[in-house]
Amino acid sequence: MEPDDEIYANGGADSSENRSRPIISSEQLDIEAYAGLYSGRTKITRLLFIADRCGQNNNTAMQMEALRMAYEEIKKGENTQLFRDVVQKIDGRLGNNYGMDSVWCEMVDRRADQRKEKLENELNAYRTNLIKESIRMGYNDFGDYYYAHGALADAFKSYVRTRDYCTTSKHVIHMCMSAILVSIEMGQFTHVTSYVSKAEQTAEALDPSTVSKLRCAAGLAHLEAKKYKLAARKFLEVGPELGNSYNEVIAPQDVATYGGLCALASFDRTELKNKVIDNLNFRNFLELVPEVRELIHDFYSSHYASCLDYLGNLKANLMLDIHLHDHVQPLYDQIRNKALIQYTHPFVSVDLHMMANAFKTTIAGLEKELEALITDNQIQIIMPLQARIDSHNKILYARHADQRNATFQRVLQTGREFDRDVRAMLLRANLVKHEYKASRKL
Amino acid sequence: MATVESLLAQIQGLSSSAGDLGLLLTHLKQADELLHNESTPLLPFLEQLDPTLHSLGYLYILVSLAVIAVCKRFKDHVLMLEAPMRGVAPLLEAVKKIRSSSEHLSTLHPDFLQLCLLAKCYKTGLSILEDNIFEVDQPRDFFLYCYYGGMICIGQKRFKKALELLHNVVTAPMSSINAIAVEAFKKYILVSLIHSGQFSTNLPKYTSSAAQRNLKTLCPPYVELANTCSSGKISELETYIQTNREKFDSDNNLGLVKQVVSSMYKKNIQRLTQTYLTLSLQDIANTVQLSSPKEAEMHVLQMIQDGEIYATINQKDGMVRFLEDPEQYKTCEMIECIDSSIQRIMTLSKKLTAMDEHISCDPLYLAKAGRERQRFDFDDFDPVPQKFNI
Repeated sequence: MEPDDEIYANGGADSSENRSRPIISSEQLDIEAYAGLYSGRTKITRLLFIADRCGQNNNTAMQMEALRMAYEEIKKGENTQLFRDVVQKIDGRLGNNYGMDSVWCEMVDRRADQRKEKLENELNAYRTNLIKESIRMGYNDFGDYYYAHGALADAFKSYVRTRDYCTTSKHVIHMCMSAILVSIEMGQFTHVTSYVSKAEQTAEALDPSTVSKLRCAAGLAHLEAKKYKLAARKFLEVGPELGNSYNEVIAPQDVATYGGLCALASFDRTELKNKVIDNLNFRNFLELVPEVRELIHDFYSSHYASCLDYLGNLKANLMLDIHLHDHVQPLYDQIRNKALIQYTHPFVSVDLHMMANAFKTTIAGLEKELEALITDNQIQIIMPLQARIDSHNKILYARHADQRNATFQRVLQTGREFDRDVRAMLLRANLVKHEYKASRKL
Repeated sequence: MATVESLLAQIQGLSSSAGDLGLLLTHLKQADELLHNESTPLLPFLEQLDPTLHSLGYLYILVSLAVIAVCKRFKDHVLMLEAPMRGVAPLLEAVKKIRSSSEHLSTLHPDFLQLCLLAKCYKTGLSILEDNIFEVDQPRDFFLYCYYGGMICIGQKRFKKALELLHNVVTAPMSSINAIAVEAFKKYILVSLIHSGQFSTNLPKYTSSAAQRNLKTLCPPYVELANTCSSGKISELETYIQTNREKFDSDNNLGLVKQVVSSMYKKNIQRLTQTYLTLSLQDIANTVQLSSPKEAEMHVLQMIQDGEIYATINQKDGMVRFLEDPEQYKTCEMIECIDSSIQRIMTLSKKLTAMDEHISCDPLYLAKAGRERQRFDFDDFDPVPQKFNI
């Protein structure tokens, strides 16, 4: 069985000593550490999202932990509506310390009303005096006020209204950033795209940190629209200046995860090498999430089993991510398909037993997967799988289409179609002529 | 083109001397199309001619009138006698006589095809359908010709040709929807499903807006059938057909619908040849939802016989081995076939150019195109700025 080992080298189904690093992060998400990455409203919504997810999966301990932290976080702000929601969700399960605090609510609401009145008066005064800059500030304050109190749609409107009163490009960028922030919170990613491009079009050169923020926002918008390749490119362009400066939206860890997975799912081998693995800038991001870095390297060096293991272990935690959760499955499917295709690529024939081993699956299952890949040939743009399965001997044969025959076939086909279409066209022209004459006769 | 009135004036003016008669003859020959075209309103003009004075013109009109009218009457009689077979040969002769060229669609074409259809003389009908039609006098004749022609091709299982003819009806320019187009559309869907296993519900851009708007809403069971087919699940398809059986039956399309089902099996087997090199009969039966390996074997055998797939069956192991298309495009026949295709397309291409030139010279077209052109800016068309613009 000696020679077989050489074949195995491609699949990475081996468990040789140097590759027996423990695969981490199969343990539960450390919510405290996770929440620490974010600030502002997104911290709360992320915690609530985790709580919801855990609620569905009957993971009560984690759900309660998330709710407790959300409760504490909300208490620091002024959003009473969210507070009431959370209290209802906790439902007294965390003891008296985390119950309804109506005194606090009333106090915050009263203060909010007063502040709103004050802002309104100020804004009216500015508007009668027609001081542009002050009006802008007034609307901006209103936006901040609404945002803090959870009225996102109103906040968005107020921020957008400042647009007419912007005098410098700095103001425009400020307006765009605010609008983007609110739109992301609202899940309105079409707004995000349009305001990102608006900000990028401003005359003045943007500072690197803003550029990075805009890249993140654009990446999120593409991700949401399932345009993984575009999303990957945006995330890969994020500069190191980002740091923790945008943690009201995204943490640098997320940039690594989102960018890495999207790139893996949509890039071909050369692009993966050039834009991800050799990308010094992105490497720093990947250092933050070693699992993703490892799985990308495993994928590139064809250690598929290990790569898929990493992915499998990460899955539970990725499903808890507010932006990625919907896209985990499609991304995983695409990565797996690419792995399958890439595995078969260098061979003329592949033993299905070995391949099934490398991907830790059954032969029957693998056969079905391959069948689906071959049948979807037309829609697989990245790298079509051209092969046929010998189901009897369980071997996959690469199919090198005969260029000459294929050309002949296509030429004859095109000729027939041209012939048919032109004749049909001439006939239609004839009928149109007739109709035109008939209508003129009347 | 001359009108009937001007022709009449010519007949009356040019009937005196022998030289004039020669001229009149050429005029009458040119007006041949006109005479066949409007056969009915010619009758009143005959009264204005004196057979003793204008004998040549009188005869001409009489002949053109008579042939068509007689043929139509003849067809009606044959139909009344319920012996369509007896009309096929005479009408074929009439069609050949009356058309100005093989590219011309005469008003007798549809009548002839109808008789062929009723007499089940599909082959005789095909002989006329082989000729490519380019000139059409009456849109109605064209619609009927394509519809009957499509049905004849279906009868001969020449689905590609049938599809082409029915496609012509469905996409023909029309200002309002007509019953022929609706019936043709139903058959078009079915034939498309049989021939290619799928039907794209989007009609091409050039389809008239009347057809785009109405056709799909007028035949819902057929559109739904196409949707069911695209899912690829045979059991679903069969239950759908069972529940809508009467609808298809009342349209006389049940036979075609049944063929859709059997072609679904074929398409599914064909798809397997793309994926597998060898596959057991049992697996084939499972994948394409046939009840037994025996039945799968029958299907595969039939398809090999019809040249639809290339495969060998190993009965001992119950395995099927799918092969590649053995055509190597190296034989003399193939070269000849390709050569004739090239010739055909070159002729067609010349025709197209001629037609294009003809239209570019048409005063009606120029008048209209000139008017539309004014709407655009001059700079859209002329790279050189106009002098007066500067």
